[in-house]
Amino acid sequence: MKYIYDFSFLTSKIHNWFLAHCSSGWTILWEMVIVGLCAITLFVVLGLIFVYMERKVAAFMQFRLGPNRVGPKGTLQAVADTVKLLMKEGFTPQAADMFLFNLAPFIVLSVSMLALAPLPFAKGLQIYDINIGVFYISAVSSISVIGILIAGWASNNKYSLLGAMRSGAQIVSYELSAGLSVIAIVAFAGSMSLSDIVESQRTGWWIFKGHIPAVIAFVIFIIAGTAELNRAPFDMAEAESELTGGFHTEYTGMRFAMFFLAEYVNMFVVCAIGATLFLGGWMPLHFGNLSGFNHIMDYVPPFVWFFGKTFFLVWVIMWFRWTFPRLRIDQLLTLEWKYLMPISLVNMIIVAFVVIMKWHF
Amino acid sequence: MTIYLFYFLSFLAILCGLMVVLEKNPVHSVLYLIITFFAIAGHYILLNAQFLAVVHVIVYAGAIMVLFLFVIMLLNLNKETEPHKTNLVKFAAVISAGLLLVVLVAALRGTESLPSPSTINADMGLVKNLGKVLFNQFLLPFETASLLFLAAMVGAVMLGKRDIK
Repeated sequence: MKYIYDFSFLTSKIHNWFLAHCSSGWTILWEMVIVGLCAITLFVVLGLIFVYMERKVAAFMQFRLGPNRVGPKGTLQAVADTVKLLMKEGFTPQAADMFLFNLAPFIVLSVSMLALAPLPFAKGLQIYDINIGVFYISAVSSISVIGILIAGWASNNKYSLLGAMRSGAQIVSYELSAGLSVIAIVAFAGSMSLSDIVESQRTGWWIFKGHIPAVIAFVIFIIAGTAELNRAPFDMAEAESELTGGFHTEYTGMRFAMFFLAEYVNMFVVCAIGATLFLGGWMPLHFGNLSGFNHIMDYVPPFVWFFGKTFFLVWVIMWFRWTFPRLRIDQLLTLEWKYLMPISLVNMIIVAFVVIMKWHF
Repeated sequence: MTIYLFYFLSFLAILCGLMVVLEKNPVHSVLYLIITFFAIAGHYILLNAQFLAVVHVIVYAGAIMVLFLFVIMLLNLNKETEPHKTNLVKFAAVISAGLLLVVLVAALRGTESLPSPSTINADMGLVKNLGKVLFNQFLLPFETASLLFLAAMVGAVMLGKRDIK
């Protein structure tokens, strides 16, 4: 039972087993291999779950049935789609920059994989606890712009290039307010390490403890996160009616699927950061003095809490897609630079004031 | 282990730095420059300055190089549209670059007397120490730099305005 509640038993057991059987250098190497395999497995599973979830949520919102033919209740639909994409011919446009065209999907995918490193999935289950975890994630996510720009440019297609430009402009600008809202929580918790931030929420989640500034930061983070993911209502980059698909217009088969997978994993990462910073990560829901209630909540394993919160935020983002109409590109940039950015700057000053006066719990 | 990493990163940085200059296609040059920045960020990590490494990646690879890519991709520069440079300009460029090299070599000669990194506190580059140093010892230069950025930003907005009276 203790393995479910604290993964450090399991990880230390594996570590000791390797230390007993080989040298420390090989131990690190083998552990890296295991972590890599786990990350890739998580990638694939998340991709399959999210594709199915997206279609079912969309169907639910539009009063349809959604996929229901392949497998029980359509659960194998995503697998069938993957097999279809694997079978398709992957061709490269003649005038495209061959090397960069083939490299771009890998850059985008590996960047979203890098962002998994500092996430605490459960107690004691974290790939690498960096002392600047939050900052590291924002650095890594800013690299994905390069992959998208390369994809758009190397396709040698005007629609792709325009899509890449829009996507790049969008990600670069919304990164600012996402970063500023993250800084609010860093100021509350007094640390940039994600495990410290989770630990600081033992007595309550920051969205409750941080009063109104934390709520404002959370709302801004969700808006900016949706925009960074290039999802509706901010899906300017792939606006089908205008750009025939955006930066991945020329991509087919598995290379297209890689962009798709990276998009879903990025969605997971953004929601996981939101859940970790504002909703307590793997910490159970606790209320100050209700010890009986808190005790019951402790029985739910930490990883259930983490994935539950993350999937709740994923569901909210999918909900946005069917609620708000798509913005125009100028409206999109106005929203960021004239509204979200000043609000988050003022919010940051309020947070600093609250932290100095020690008004938060 | 770290010494091999150091050699690998240095080799990568120098190779990609050379490729920036030698590559004919400007977009490829920018991408090589990005790899160079990553190699330098790796050097920062080897010195246990993780904050500096991440800032380096955000500012250079994430922001400045993205703007470079934006401009170069939109202009779609290639061999045909490259402006022709006269021999005089090329000669002047070689001379000035050579002079810069001399200055850099002269500046680096002085570093031999510096204490080796291992004798300095290992946690020096962590964000806590860096913040304390920046906001105590170097407060004035820090604030002046931010003022400079503000001025540059206002200037850019003024230039970008369509109807200047």
